[in-house]
Amino acid sequence: MIQITNLTKQFGDFTAVDNLSFDIKPGDIVGFLGPNGAGKSTTMKMITGFLEPSAGEIKVNGFNIDSHALDAKKTIGYLPEGAPAYGDMTPAQFLSFIADVRGLTGSEKTQRIKDVIASVELESVLDRPIDNLSKGFKRRVGLAQAIIHDPKVLILDEPTDGLDPNQKHQVRKLIENLSKDKLVIISTHILEEVTAVCNRAVIIAGGKKLFDGTPLELEAQSKYHQSITLKFTEGKPDTSVLNALSEVKEVLESEDDNAVTLIPQNDAESLFAVLFAKSQSESWPVAAMFAERGRLDDVFRSLTAQV
Amino acid sequence: MDMIKILFKREFSSFFATPVAYVFIGIFLVLSGVFTFYFGNLYERGQADLAPFFNFHPWLYLFLVPAMAMRTWSEERKSGSIELLMTLPITPLQAMLGKFLAAWAVLALALALTFPLWITVNYLGAPDNGVIIASYLGSWLMAGAFLAIGMCMSAMTKSQVIAFILSVVVCFIFVLIGTPMVLNALKGIVPAVILDAVASLSFVSHFQTLVKGVISLQDVLYFVIAIAVWLQAGLVLIQQKKAD
Repeated sequence: MIQITNLTKQFGDFTAVDNLSFDIKPGDIVGFLGPNGAGKSTTMKMITGFLEPSAGEIKVNGFNIDSHALDAKKTIGYLPEGAPAYGDMTPAQFLSFIADVRGLTGSEKTQRIKDVIASVELESVLDRPIDNLSKGFKRRVGLAQAIIHDPKVLILDEPTDGLDPNQKHQVRKLIENLSKDKLVIISTHILEEVTAVCNRAVIIAGGKKLFDGTPLELEAQSKYHQSITLKFTEGKPDTSVLNALSEVKEVLESEDDNAVTLIPQNDAESLFAVLFAKSQSESWPVAAMFAERGRLDDVFRSLTAQV
Repeated sequence: MDMIKILFKREFSSFFATPVAYVFIGIFLVLSGVFTFYFGNLYERGQADLAPFFNFHPWLYLFLVPAMAMRTWSEERKSGSIELLMTLPITPLQAMLGKFLAAWAVLALALALTFPLWITVNYLGAPDNGVIIASYLGSWLMAGAFLAIGMCMSAMTKSQVIAFILSVVVCFIFVLIGTPMVLNALKGIVPAVILDAVASLSFVSHFQTLVKGVISLQDVLYFVIAIAVWLQAGLVLIQQKKAD
């Protein structure tokens, strides 16, 4: 449980986070989105107690991060941006150190270290100094460090940045496999990641909250939500008859010369049937017909461009 | 307390995972040998004591200890690992003490490894071993004060080079203010009270009493307080600047 109330952070004249408020419940996997410099990292640094807010209050699992810092920090696992670690240590030494700090001892410690090493697949590099590891491995060491004490609150600042597609997939699976009573905040630039792993999206820009809802609601904001694209095999026929259909709200030229995109009046399904019948009666050379979920990039741009 | 032990262990092994500790101990041993025998004329003096060895310690520490202290906080800030450290359930004081004690322990190890000198003078004559023990204690305390200054400077900047230069300068002032050179220059310009106060701030004068074999509470307390004050200053700095 994280409660953020009227959170503000100023660096001199610059306001990085501006009167931000939201609550996060256990089970929420929040995708924290925003352009560079939006205040994502600053907010995360304040939630984890690294930075002190200029104004406002943060409570993590009921503990005020300012007045009960240690109690709050014990329940948090944090992967800072860039996954910093002690480069002269090996992952084995580093994880053992973190486990000690997290109060793990004896067989529990050994077991937890074994578990996290297996879940982020670090076996092959356990005895190499972290400085000599590739970016992907460093990131995984950082992740292992964050989850070693099985925290209730997991805060990951760009966990998949710099990873290859296989590793990204792995990290997403790792997050999905966390137990359901956990609370996860992931900051990212990658919008697909939000639909892939999150059940809540929060967009901020200029330190202000612009959107807070499910990834589906975010997609629904797209003009292309439930739009249908008709693709033709060769040469686009005259499709002006589509303009007259009551199910069609708008006809858009597609980037593809051989296609046309239709925005439905209601939903994709009713339009689908009409289009199917129409293309048969007009005997159009249809190659494909597909519905879109929405273009998140466009939504993101239009939301954040206003600020 | 446990947390300090865990941090101490990490810091201490990190000194040995990198060449820092080996280089430091090696140079310390070679230079103290050179100073003792070559400039201190240990043999030629015909006295069984270690005064020539200890007398050069302030000057040895002046460069070696800042070199060791410069990385303590600067590196954490430069690499960003400070964000990790400060978001773990650790208080800044625990982190500071863990780091300080680890570096101080390396200094103790370097001092302990000069034991062949002690054996030598015991073999050659009958030195006052009580004086030698007091001198070792004094030297270690003084090294701690140098270290605390170095760590405070390291907390101030991300750059290890700047941290090094600043701490050498500050340490140099604390070594120099007790010397006759400075005191004579000030004599007549400032009142005697201030002159005494300035002289009493010097590391060297407090160290000298200990080297003579007098373990007075006043001198020991002086170094302990100096360590506490500089570490506290470092703590204030690091909390203010950790995120810069």
